[in-house]
Amino acid sequence: MTSGDLSRRRFFAQAAVASVGMTVPMSVEPGAPEADGLVEVAFTVNGKGERLRVDPRITLLDALRERLELTGTKKGCDRGQCGACTVHVDGRRVLSCLTLVATMDGKRLTTIEGLAKGDRLHPVQQAFIDCDGFQCGFCTPGQIMSAVAVLREGHAKSDEEIREAMSGNICRCGAYPNIVEAVKQARS
Amino acid sequence: MRAFDFAAPRGIAGALRLAGDGSAFLAGGTTLVDLMKLNVLAPEHVIDINRLPLRGIRLGPDGLHIGALERMDDIARHGAVAAQYPLISQALLLSASPQIRNMASIGGNLMQRTRCGYFRDMATSCNKRSPGSGCPAQTGDNRGHAVLGTSASCAATHASDVAVALVALDASVRLRGRDGERSVRLADFYLLPGDTPHVENRLRPGELITEVIVPRLQWARHSTYVKVRDRQSYEFALASAAVAVDLRGGKVRDARVAVGGVGTVPWRLPAVEAALRAGQSFERASALAAEGARPLAGNSFKVELVQRTVLRALMEVAGSR
Repeated sequence: MTSGDLSRRRFFAQAAVASVGMTVPMSVEPGAPEADGLVEVAFTVNGKGERLRVDPRITLLDALRERLELTGTKKGCDRGQCGACTVHVDGRRVLSCLTLVATMDGKRLTTIEGLAKGDRLHPVQQAFIDCDGFQCGFCTPGQIMSAVAVLREGHAKSDEEIREAMSGNICRCGAYPNIVEAVKQARS
Repeated sequence: MRAFDFAAPRGIAGALRLAGDGSAFLAGGTTLVDLMKLNVLAPEHVIDINRLPLRGIRLGPDGLHIGALERMDDIARHGAVAAQYPLISQALLLSASPQIRNMASIGGNLMQRTRCGYFRDMATSCNKRSPGSGCPAQTGDNRGHAVLGTSASCAATHASDVAVALVALDASVRLRGRDGERSVRLADFYLLPGDTPHVENRLRPGELITEVIVPRLQWARHSTYVKVRDRQSYEFALASAAVAVDLRGGKVRDARVAVGGVGTVPWRLPAVEAALRAGQSFERASALAAEGARPLAGNSFKVELVQRTVLRALMEVAGSR
């Protein structure tokens, strides 16, 4: 860390204190910077409470994979274009590669690891197997997280609507017809 | 990604106190985090504004008020928006992917940066990213670039769909800074590139978009947003048209027309609107859609494409005439 980094962080920590109008430790304000520039965040993943001290540059995707060892969520393009990193935050599907984990304080997260109930697969997981909705499988966790959300959103009324609602998830193997079938099976 | 300080203030005043040169407000992050990863943007201070009380979608007597932190998908599917302003709803739903629409705020959408490949590539020059370094798009790969409002310094296309619909509807943005509040018409908010393409809008350092206001317009119910692109879904516009038509007694009394995918800013078309008010045919009116166009080597197809996109949008709203 350079001295420039240090002074910048000190400036910002002071400004944060000024913003809440008192001189108590930063921890009163979730997401506020610690003296070392790290940020403390607490959230739940698949029902389990987690607490991390993170460099604010870390994405949710990297935190899930590298810190919490939840490697089911995949890193495809890492720039918000492929959907492989799709997870649910407070029940909504989002891209974990474009989400800073520092913004996740107090959130409820679900990843692909959180769908099955013990050995019983989620109906969407079972449908992807039954319909052969994948080849290499790399995009599949993101496809399934999106499909679960599509069904919850009620946007699976026709093949056309399913294709549009699933358009944020790219499959380089081209398993799209079977993915649509899987969403239809899970719908019924 | 370069190091930055992070804060997540709870109040607007607190957020504004932290803001200034070298700071960036973080809402959905779909533009900011993307461009920070590419080192195109390198703020020293990132201010997470998601805790600020800038939510709510409300249809009042003076029009539609949208809190700056409302997410694109929520606005698109809001009953009053879909019923009274279909062109806003459609423009939002034709944008990005469902995941990105769940993340991206309306304020951030209006502040999104161009998708010009040279702007996003730190290995090339770009007047918008690095003033005075040059514009490779003038002679390089410019198929996706603008034909309206360009200059020798920049031909980058404005990427927002919903901004096109909002400009057609005479929408304003409410801005708040440490010195107070003000409203700016969205059409005036965006600046043409000229010799200073790095100055994209009238937002002052540390100022925050707090609300989008769309004036009441009864006949905006008769409107559409048509988007033409290389793929069926999840792609930026080659040309798009936001159109609303006031049709009474079988006659066009008034119209709003703006186009996207072809301009350096969301592009209102007053000449097309005047032709429609004067009773000209849709074909003749839409022929005026590319007035003043200056195509580059790779994007001359956009001249005819934008005319036909406007024509198709008019016909979708008001049939053939």
